[in-house]
Amino acid sequence: MSHSVNELVGRNADYAAGFVTHTEAETLAPGLDESVVRFISAKKNEPAWLTQWRLQSFEYWQSMQAPKWAHVQFPPLKFDDISYYSAPKSQADGPKSLDEVDPELLRTYEKLGIPLHEQEALAGVVNAKPNVAIDVVFDSVSITTTFKAKLAEAGVIFCPISEAVHSHGDLIKRYLGSVVPQRDNFYAALNSAVFSDGSFVYIPKGVRCPMELSTYFRINERNTGQFERTLIIADEGSHVSYLEGCTAPMRDENQLHAAVVELIAMDDAEIKYSTVQNWYPGDVNGKGGIYNFVTKRGICKHRAKISWTQVETGSAITWKYPSVVLRGDDSVGEFYSVALTNNLQQADTGTKMIHLGKNTKSTIISKGISTGRSQNTYRGLVRMSPTATNARNFTQCDSLLIGDSCGAHTFPYIENGNSTSIVEHEASTSKVSDDQLFACQQRGIDPEKAVSMIVNGFCKDVFRELPMEFAVEAGKLLEVSLEGAVG
Amino acid sequence: MTLLEVKDLSVSVADNAILKGLNLVVNPGEVHAIMGPNGSGKSTLANVLAGKPDYQVTSGSIWLNDSNIEDLEPHERAHAGIFLAFQYPVEVPGVSNMEFLKASLDCLAKARDEPQPNAGAFLKRVRKIAQTLDLNPEFLKRGVNEGFSGGEKKRNEILQLLLLEPQLAVLDETDSGLDIDALQVVAQGVNSYRNENNGVVLITHYQRLLEYIVPDYVHVLADGKIVQSGDKGLAQELEKKGYAWLT
Ligand SMILES: Nc1ncnc2c1ncn2[C@@H]1O[C@H](COP(=O)(O)OP(=O)(O)O)[C@@H](O)[C@H]1O
Ligand SMILES: [Mg+2]
Repeated sequence: MSHSVNELVGRNADYAAGFVTHTEAETLAPGLDESVVRFISAKKNEPAWLTQWRLQSFEYWQSMQAPKWAHVQFPPLKFDDISYYSAPKSQADGPKSLDEVDPELLRTYEKLGIPLHEQEALAGVVNAKPNVAIDVVFDSVSITTTFKAKLAEAGVIFCPISEAVHSHGDLIKRYLGSVVPQRDNFYAALNSAVFSDGSFVYIPKGVRCPMELSTYFRINERNTGQFERTLIIADEGSHVSYLEGCTAPMRDENQLHAAVVELIAMDDAEIKYSTVQNWYPGDVNGKGGIYNFVTKRGICKHRAKISWTQVETGSAITWKYPSVVLRGDDSVGEFYSVALTNNLQQADTGTKMIHLGKNTKSTIISKGISTGRSQNTYRGLVRMSPTATNARNFTQCDSLLIGDSCGAHTFPYIENGNSTSIVEHEASTSKVSDDQLFACQQRGIDPEKAVSMIVNGFCKDVFRELPMEFAVEAGKLLEVSLEGAVG
Repeated sequence: MTLLEVKDLSVSVADNAILKGLNLVVNPGEVHAIMGPNGSGKSTLANVLAGKPDYQVTSGSIWLNDSNIEDLEPHERAHAGIFLAFQYPVEVPGVSNMEFLKASLDCLAKARDEPQPNAGAFLKRVRKIAQTLDLNPEFLKRGVNEGFSGGEKKRNEILQLLLLEPQLAVLDETDSGLDIDALQVVAQGVNSYRNENNGVVLITHYQRLLEYIVPDYVHVLADGKIVQSGDKGLAQELEKKGYAWLT
């Protein structure tokens, strides 16, 4: 009458964000050619240079191949079956204020617990996140950005990138593609050609951003891809903490999400970038779910710091390696990751720490949790360039297995081109054992709660790095994602 | 009403018969010591009472407060009042002792339809118990059994006993590996737990513990059965003569 860990895994999960919003949309017919690229650019009224930039990216993309090296399996994507632009019709002209936002969309975010009304957010009505400004991206367009006025007082720019192209064209022109070049990789090239919306952030010199910034991405339409683009510039001595969250309806077919995120931390600046990724993971049999193929990279100037924290529980396939180029002397890069895979999910995720400057430091803490029949891979590169005198890296890579049918894999790549630099790597693999489960149950804790407690304990070092408002949420999300695993 | 009744219990582990028709009755207020050579099935008895998977009851039955409990899952048995102090407590890395104790108390309260303990009162109570067991308050912040010394692990089991106040405490060699000071601390803990409503099954290898926790009955377990029962005098006899004369 008792549960072993194996009996507990492999049940179906409830994906609370899996509903569809019924709103009329303007959706481009599936297919990709130059005219689609031009259409998107025209739709956003972009300057000629950007149209050209997109077209050039498209040309690069056409000559590139999808990467094959990741430890994931899926049939080749049919790029002509995807629609590259979809926007709710009601938002065609871009709502000027929240009053103009389609009530159906407002209800969507209410259901998801994302506060769009500033007053409510302040009062904590919808969710207890009083001090967070949110940019909301629904399919290909940004719906609303909250707290713009308050941020403007501090000189902070936080707006949809489609808007920034017009309002801060000089910054966009200068920095777009400066960290992730157009032809960096297959999916980045695709994104550069067809990116739809995303967030733009600029923090002026010496400013500490007065609130958390956050973007909430939602895919709604069928057969659409989401290709958002985020650019964050933290000027000298500034500080910003940014968080992104993502969900999508449950659908039988796979949907592609290929984002690019670029971070620029000038001298003495600090960017903390957190992700809670909960795209629809597909069902128990691996049907449906998001392909999350994302390129994220930041560059640090002197004494700057970039810290990536990610909690990845969703997506059918995750392929992402948030990276830091430590160009400036004494700069710091951090990567804290929790990746949980259940059922037939596959994750190949990790980071790259590229040490160029002297005395640069990086820390990598990766926690992979696999259950069901899933495959979970850590892949990380630490490169100490010949110029990186006295650079240091510490990597800790832990895997936790729940049940016997899942897999955990670790591929650390270390390139040490400097004799004064130090690279440390620790790795472990453990299981949620029947003995642990029994010990918890013996103290009255039911098996589901026990497994989630054990997993939360395993992730503690990463959750500590999340902004307070989200740490609790991440724990709960893990619990929900595991609920599928453990009944 | 009997607190615990084990009737003619036979248990197999991986198709090996370990317990072969064991009988035991524990009334409220009683302490029963169970002694026996290594491998005689003492831990098997403890585990099967708590419902550990892989322990197969092939015949006989187990009753708690006159209710049959064989079909209950381990956590349900805990809700019903069974507590097992493990011979080898397991680690739960990253989950602090405090967190674990709170989760445990909350789950027990919920299962019993009682209000959840207030956080402040809980904290105070845990700290106080820790103090009586000579445990540094810092210890409560550490991961469950993570890097604990042998003695700390055993004292931690008693801390849980005192906090959870179960009806039936099964202590599996809680004395082994303790020095004399720690042994006294543990014994004091168990004695402070004892009252007329609860019962203790005290599994031990050594008569020494029974000088501090005085049992009402002593049973000798050998070859899967209780082969001899008596009062505390039996333990002294065993100390002199060993187990061989009984089997
Ligand atoms: N999980 C198990 N699998 C196989 N054999 C076991 C298992 N647990 C106990 N045993 C066997 O059962 C017998 C009794 O063990 P145990 O109850 O631990 O004895 P004691 O606690 O009295 O030393 C031993 O022969 C032991 O090897
Ligand atoms: Mg034993």
